[in-house]
Amino acid sequence: MITAGIDIGSITAKAAILEDGRILGAKVLFTGYNSRLAGQAVLDDLIAEIGITRDRIEVIVATGYGRNSVDFADKAITEITCHAAGAHFIDPSVRFIIDIGGQDSKVIRIDENGRVVDFAMNDKCAAGTGRFLEVMARALEVDLDGFGDMSLKGETPAKISSICTVFAESEVISLISKGETRENIIAGIHESVASRVSALAKRVGVTEPVMMTGGVAKNIGALRALEIKLETVIRVSPHAQVNGALGAAVLAGGIALTKYS
Amino acid sequence: MADQAIAKDPEKERRKIKSVSKMKEIMTTYYIEAKTARENGKKVAWITSGGPVEFLIAMDVIPVYPENHGAMIGASKMGVDLCEKAEEMGYSRDLCSYARTDIACSITNGGPIGGLPAPDFLVCCNNICGTVLKWYEVAARFYNVPLFILDTPFIHSTFSEASRKYVVQQTYEYIAFLEKQCGKKMDFERMTEVSRLAVQGLRLWQEVLDTAAHKPAPMTAFDAFFHLALIVTLRGTQTVVDYYSQLLAEMRQRIADGIAMVPNEKYRLLWDNLPVWYRTKWLSDKFSSHNACLVGDTYTSAWSGVMDLIDENNFIETGAVAYSSVYINVSLDIMFETLKKLIKKYDVDGLVMHSNRSCKPYSLGQYDLQQMVMRELKIPTLIIEADMVDERSFSESQIETRIDAFMETLKK
Repeated sequence: MITAGIDIGSITAKAAILEDGRILGAKVLFTGYNSRLAGQAVLDDLIAEIGITRDRIEVIVATGYGRNSVDFADKAITEITCHAAGAHFIDPSVRFIIDIGGQDSKVIRIDENGRVVDFAMNDKCAAGTGRFLEVMARALEVDLDGFGDMSLKGETPAKISSICTVFAESEVISLISKGETRENIIAGIHESVASRVSALAKRVGVTEPVMMTGGVAKNIGALRALEIKLETVIRVSPHAQVNGALGAAVLAGGIALTKYS
Repeated sequence: MADQAIAKDPEKERRKIKSVSKMKEIMTTYYIEAKTARENGKKVAWITSGGPVEFLIAMDVIPVYPENHGAMIGASKMGVDLCEKAEEMGYSRDLCSYARTDIACSITNGGPIGGLPAPDFLVCCNNICGTVLKWYEVAARFYNVPLFILDTPFIHSTFSEASRKYVVQQTYEYIAFLEKQCGKKMDFERMTEVSRLAVQGLRLWQEVLDTAAHKPAPMTAFDAFFHLALIVTLRGTQTVVDYYSQLLAEMRQRIADGIAMVPNEKYRLLWDNLPVWYRTKWLSDKFSSHNACLVGDTYTSAWSGVMDLIDENNFIETGAVAYSSVYINVSLDIMFETLKKLIKKYDVDGLVMHSNRSCKPYSLGQYDLQQMVMRELKIPTLIIEADMVDERSFSESQIETRIDAFMETLKK
């Protein structure tokens, strides 16, 4: 049985396709202006890559901020439930998920069945999210892919005190003019993200093992800063960025089963 | 086909609360009386929602509530313009949106009823927050009228004898203030009658709210938000007693007829904090779409929650103690005790807390309360960030995701 999950985030659209508990493939595209078209495009691309026909997909579940705009999906499920299902699918021992995406960061505590026990999300503020890191990388003229590695070279992380993305950017600019090294500034940026997210995590109560998902999980600087703050080793799935889509495909499998039972 | 298109859904019609039209009529009459008070030789006093209105009723003064006005502004979705007006005047965006919109209305005569009638004097009780002190001082300067402040000490654990003496003493000062403003003596027999009606009104209101303990609930917290206006504005009058008697009878009949406000009620939730006035319908539809019913709330029961502390034959000595003990003038531990009782009474599956940017005393401590509820009662809890009147603090897609995710968690 083949199922698909589509995760429309604020920056990227992700798709994942599963066949009987095996990942056939996953894909990431920029969301752009039209989230419905993005969902269609990312699924079409992935189908072409895998080399299956569309009619072989039994159930499609959409998630993410654009979940309700994917009108060809069989069901819309929030990214909270999908991330839980995705993390549980990759590593059933995981009990806590930190997901940092484009416009929000969330923490989810799950039980042994991959079900959500409690969750919290950042509120009305982009600080501590992927977008925050993008803005900072641009201000520092550093490629986002190199951002994490560079941060590990920072020996004394600069202090970024502001909790607002816009004000933090001006703080970074003033640090640059004071001659602070880029590495220290970047390390400081990651520390500031980590302290915001760890406060969110502690509010819900961290239970180990912890897994990080979402696009920012690819950033080693953010990951290390979070590990230090939370005093735990954080697992990262090779499918971190598509974890929401993967979870959606897993849940689509459950829907397909009830459909035929 | 055309006939079908305009035909009303009979099931939906059946679920509508019939008393609503009467309630609207009462509120309209009340505001007309307040706005024409001067022509009729009556005095108007502005009073805070938690203030002892009974004395005003006994003195034949028309009480007017800037907070109820704020709620109407919010429900009419007129909050943003008025908030912006207040901000242009120099008031901070962090100031309570009731205060901002009301202050702006004093200047512009804007809002759904063209502003409140100007007050002859003001009565401010700080049992609900500290903002009202400055807000009423602003109004006192603007209208150049006297202001009476009733200071109710915050209750950390118990209400001390010193505090009791302090508020009782102020009650006598309040009576003297009213006698001076009205140019006549207080009629204590009339005051006893008003006290009796006030307590009767409170009991009936509580009984109306209690009907939602029935499964399925004949009404929701959203209905309670609407019907609350009377116990706030006209407490101590026969009108309130008559109306809530009618409403109570209707609720009991709904229970007998098996009419539920949320069809297929499956999940029962408790709401904390003030309503999001401009989004009550959206929120109500959102929860209904998940077969969830907000069966109770901490807000509408705040008035009746203290009724047992009142001795209707000795209102002067006991009323102030009751008013000092309202839900948001007490410590988190006492709030938690109230929450526990509500959770038990309404047998709820979850708690939804509105972290209200405007109302600091209500919202401060919600994260702690959330922890206490989850730890001790094992009840899932959701916090949504919004504001009661200022729509700029409401982010639909963020709130939708939180509610959907919360309901997915409950449904497992």
